[in-house]
Amino acid sequence: VQDRCGCVLMMLCDGVCVQAQKLLRERLCHQKLPDQPVGLDSQYKHLLELLRRTAVHGESNSVLIVGPRGSGKTMLLGCVLRELMSLKEAQKNVLLVELNEKLQLCNETKSLGFLVFQGSFAENLAFLLEALKKGDKSSSRPVLFVLDEFDLFAHHKNQTLLYNLLDVSQSAQTPVAVLGLTCRLDVLELLEKRVKSRFSHRQIHLFSSLSFAQYLDVVRAQLSLPPDFPDPKFSDEWNHSVTKLCEDKTVEEILRRNFNGSKDFRSLHSLLFLAVSRVSVSHSTLREADLIEAWRLISVDSKANVLHGLSILELCLIIAMKHLNDTYDGEPFNFQMVHNEFKKFIQRKSHSIHKFEKPVVMKAFEHLLQLELVRPVDSGVCKVQREYQLMRLMLEHGQVMEALQRYPQCPTDVKQWALSAFG
Amino acid sequence: MSRYITRLRMRRTYKWNGRPVGEDRKLKRQYYESMSISVEGKTEDATVSLGQYILIEGDDDDNPFVAQLLKLYTDDSGKKKTAVLQWFVRMCEVPQNKRKLLGRDPHPQEIFFYQDRSCDNEVDGETILGAVQIEYVPVQDPFPVGKSRDILFVKLLWDTKSFRALDPELMQPSQSPKSPPPSSRGPQTRALPTPDPSVMKRAMSGILTRGSMSTGKMSSSEAESLHSASKLSAAKALSAKRRSQAVSGPQVRKKLDLCSPSKNMSRDDVLGELLDERSEKTLTSKLNTSPTGRISISIRLTPLNLNKEECVSPLSSHSPDKPRMTAHDKDDAASVFLGVQPIEDDDPEPLINTGRTPRKREATPRRAGLRGLKARTPSRRKDSAALREPALAALAEEEHEDSPINTAATSRSKRKSAQLVSSRIKKQLNLLGNKIGLQSDGEDGDDDDCFIPSKIDLQSSSDEEEEAKIDSEDELIVKKHRGSGTSRSTEKTRVSARTPRKTPSKKTAPATPRTPRHATPSIPSRTAPARKPGNVLEEARARLHVSSVPESLPCREQEFQDIYNFVESKVIDGTGGCMYISGVPGTGKTATVHEVIRSLQQSAEQDEIPHFRFIEINGMKMTDPHQAYVQILQKLTDQKATPDHAAALLEKRFSAPAPKKETVVLLVDELDLLWTRKQNVMYNLFDWPTRRNARLVVLTIANTMDLPERIMINRVASRLGLTRMSFQPYTFKQLQQIITSRLNRVKAFEEDALQLVSRKVAALSGDARRCLDICRRATEICEHSGSQKNSSGLVGMSHVMEALDEMFSSSYISAIRCASVQEQLFLRAVIAEFRRLGLEEATFQQVFVQHQALCRVEGLQPANVSEGLTVCQRLGSCRLLLLEGSRLDLFLRIRLNVSQDDVLYALKAD
Repeated sequence: VQDRCGCVLMMLCDGVCVQAQKLLRERLCHQKLPDQPVGLDSQYKHLLELLRRTAVHGESNSVLIVGPRGSGKTMLLGCVLRELMSLKEAQKNVLLVELNEKLQLCNETKSLGFLVFQGSFAENLAFLLEALKKGDKSSSRPVLFVLDEFDLFAHHKNQTLLYNLLDVSQSAQTPVAVLGLTCRLDVLELLEKRVKSRFSHRQIHLFSSLSFAQYLDVVRAQLSLPPDFPDPKFSDEWNHSVTKLCEDKTVEEILRRNFNGSKDFRSLHSLLFLAVSRVSVSHSTLREADLIEAWRLISVDSKANVLHGLSILELCLIIAMKHLNDTYDGEPFNFQMVHNEFKKFIQRKSHSIHKFEKPVVMKAFEHLLQLELVRPVDSGVCKVQREYQLMRLMLEHGQVMEALQRYPQCPTDVKQWALSAFG
Repeated sequence: MSRYITRLRMRRTYKWNGRPVGEDRKLKRQYYESMSISVEGKTEDATVSLGQYILIEGDDDDNPFVAQLLKLYTDDSGKKKTAVLQWFVRMCEVPQNKRKLLGRDPHPQEIFFYQDRSCDNEVDGETILGAVQIEYVPVQDPFPVGKSRDILFVKLLWDTKSFRALDPELMQPSQSPKSPPPSSRGPQTRALPTPDPSVMKRAMSGILTRGSMSTGKMSSSEAESLHSASKLSAAKALSAKRRSQAVSGPQVRKKLDLCSPSKNMSRDDVLGELLDERSEKTLTSKLNTSPTGRISISIRLTPLNLNKEECVSPLSSHSPDKPRMTAHDKDDAASVFLGVQPIEDDDPEPLINTGRTPRKREATPRRAGLRGLKARTPSRRKDSAALREPALAALAEEEHEDSPINTAATSRSKRKSAQLVSSRIKKQLNLLGNKIGLQSDGEDGDDDDCFIPSKIDLQSSSDEEEEAKIDSEDELIVKKHRGSGTSRSTEKTRVSARTPRKTPSKKTAPATPRTPRHATPSIPSRTAPARKPGNVLEEARARLHVSSVPESLPCREQEFQDIYNFVESKVIDGTGGCMYISGVPGTGKTATVHEVIRSLQQSAEQDEIPHFRFIEINGMKMTDPHQAYVQILQKLTDQKATPDHAAALLEKRFSAPAPKKETVVLLVDELDLLWTRKQNVMYNLFDWPTRRNARLVVLTIANTMDLPERIMINRVASRLGLTRMSFQPYTFKQLQQIITSRLNRVKAFEEDALQLVSRKVAALSGDARRCLDICRRATEICEHSGSQKNSSGLVGMSHVMEALDEMFSSSYISAIRCASVQEQLFLRAVIAEFRRLGLEEATFQQVFVQHQALCRVEGLQPANVSEGLTVCQRLGSCRLLLLEGSRLDLFLRIRLNVSQDDVLYALKAD
């Protein structure tokens, strides 16, 4: 009873902790735009200036925002739009239309605030074009078209939508700004030449050139609680612990590995999110152990866990396949070969493993097939008997060895067999 | 007697009524006064006669053309019927861009008097659909409400440039100076207006001649009319009567006209009689002689100014009126002659009305004499009739109300009754049956306001017969006059009563299926006005924007001239043709064509060339090639239709010999997208111009020079013809000139900078859009850097270089430089594996081995397979690597999307 009371009391006290956790989670899950995009100042300025001109001067523009996944394209646009809408002269003057590839054109007309009727695509397109054509530079509200995953629009039939939007942006009609977001560097090559000619070739590239030191700063900033946090004592404590954490060697090592893997913030955020989630009432600060655990979770090989769940027989089959791969330099094999290899091992070296009937081995092999650790070479329409169908092992050498090391109570002779050079 | 030329066409049969009233020997034409149209499946025939408003078959079934019939003639062979018309236009026929000129929303039933000399006013008589009612509404008056939807209102005149107030005179074709046929009615009317009694006398004495004139009215020369007048005789009237017996209804009007000479004579006689005797009794007695049943009360809504005092009184007030009337009558003929004004003056009723305006007054003196006279007589008659049979009058009024034309607003009820009365008087005028009557009839249209003549015929055909008998038997002039007069009036009333009733039904049947749920496409307007450019650079940027329309297109003079000549010649000749224009994007094809059209339209405005319609479709702006039909049709006629239906309608439009057709210039942009497997869209587009009556000029634009050879089947390519033009990419000099002309002395660029841009673009593509975009970007860069460096403020080489770099340099290298360590290592591993294999392709497994080795070399902890795959996919999503589907996992095939050298260069510099 005492324990429970203590728990309740602690939970009440640690409402602060929960609050802090919630705030950080929100931040790390991208539910809120950051106050200022990190490391994208020039791009931010460029885009803002461009959109401001559209909003204020009624100048039509088209621009592509190009950057690898997770580089903050949408975030940048969000920040710019937030800033733009806060400008008085632009506030009431801009219509925003956001499209991504899945949306139909009728959604587009809908979001323009039109009375939408159930028309055909042709009618809708004609309607939209008519509407845009009627406007002119000085009197109509500028419309911002945001095309998310711009490259997918290029796969639409005839690129009709792109052509028309870009054509409007190049003619004296309603001022529009066409903003495309894409991660493909070669997106312009996807455009048909007449579409391409109408595009202004203005591209904003988001390539992060962060150094590791900056990266650490970002981590610290991301984990720190804001100064307006309700409990200053707690936030001081928390921020202090975060600073200390970032100076820790193991933590730095983990962060560096993450940084080496990718510079984008999305992977960092998922790492930090896992770490922050481990913070609980019992330990209300972020510790290295949390980060290490989070890193372990994130960096674990996806197939390792599958391998740990295999039976000894299945593992033996995998080892046999590995040997076949080594012997024949990655050439595909069939069940019969694997079975032979396995039989050799049973006859010669095995002490702990009994002889299995062929159907049992076959069953184990099919289980591997189901787990997609083994895959048929030509996705099996051919009428070859199952034993002779050609297969490939979908595991790296290292993955097998790693799995063997970690496999609980792995028989030694199996391990030795795996390590031996030739079956 | 009458010839029956019957030909089946559109299930309508046209035949002349009566014999030719005149003949032009030189032109070998025979003129007729009316024509009857019988429609299969309908028992009654419609008749159209001269002066009537008719509907002409047009390309829009819902809105046929409207015109007034001026002449009908047949050529030598007697096969072809031709009608000469005065056109009216509907709002939908007015060019789209001119509609704004009206300055208000057009009334749905509003039409405009069409004044355009270039317009052909002769049509095939067999395109006539039937009669229609038109009401003239003075400019300042509102449109009458609550009237039948079949009546059209004419208020303004459209002379292809502007809407002008319609002079009511014009509504009377005979008086209109514009009306092309020099009909003999003109002089006649001119003779009429004299209020001078002496003239009246003369007129009376000259009755015969005038009568003959009127017989020859439809022919163009007086000599002929004289000639025909001699032929005219009772026999003719007789025949007319016989016809009227034979054919009940619609054709009658024509007969009336035929009879008119005799009537004229009789009219004058009556006039004389009246002058002499002034006996209303005779008239009443005459009226009485006719059986009650046959009394025809025709109600004409024309408020004759003369009749005002009668108009005043609603039915009930007839009796009080009567004394006054008689007083007037007693007043005598002389006063009657001149007497309109005084009458008007003592008009006690204020309700007679604002609409009746000065114009009427001005009209009055002209005709006062005759009119007054005429008016007098009928009024007396009417009064007597009213006295005798109030019920009849009531009936008449009822009828009148029934008639679709005139469900007058309550405020006008008095006026309505006034109209009723006046119309009755009018009828009586018709009784007198002469040309003048006819004329005034026509004049009513303009003379007064909103009331359309509506006549109601209460007469049975038996009466008519009787009447006819009287006519034929009576040789007495007076009697004859009377008889024919009555018959005429009855006939006439019947005509006009029937025709409008028939036409409406015909017209409304294909009621316009307009989409009610039509949202107007528009963008909300901005709250704050757009800001104007503030400094030189902003100004330059605005001018350099591709959308800003330059005053002229430099460097395309030759092409401009060629296209201009082509289109102009076609427009002038009224023929059709195709032209194919090709060129890479951004070489000014569409801009040049637009420029050509603009200047052609300008010269059309100045009447240098005939007017034409310009329609533009764009293959890219439609979802399906067949939508082209829909769009063309919609732009031509504002109709909506399915593609198939639209194609059929267009086919009909371009192949039918329609009158009043403007040349249509059709611009088809991005032609290659109209390609279908059967190529029927292209086929039609190129086939229409070759039709004789199409008057269609098709300009097609596409990017490839050999498009006709490449994608078109022979019959399509052949129709496209050989008129081709190719726009060459701009050379650097031209690009420079374009920028300079756009900047137009705004000094924002250094000369070298301009040259650099244009040379660079010319070397790459010759795309003017690109050139302008680069310049624009350069101004931005200059603006941003300008604050830091204290440069000249002009866009210099460095800015242009930067802009060029941004636009043309590939981003791969910087992308590689900014990639993470693992990504860079992976790229290296890829190259290493390629080198090892000697191939440009490797599987992920192979690369991954290399990658791990490299990691060890670099002293990094080797990544596991999942991490390696993530890195690989990230590079793939940027398209630095080309990957096959990720399903393949370890056996994913990898290729580089960048050259190995570039990768190595980027990594080395790092």
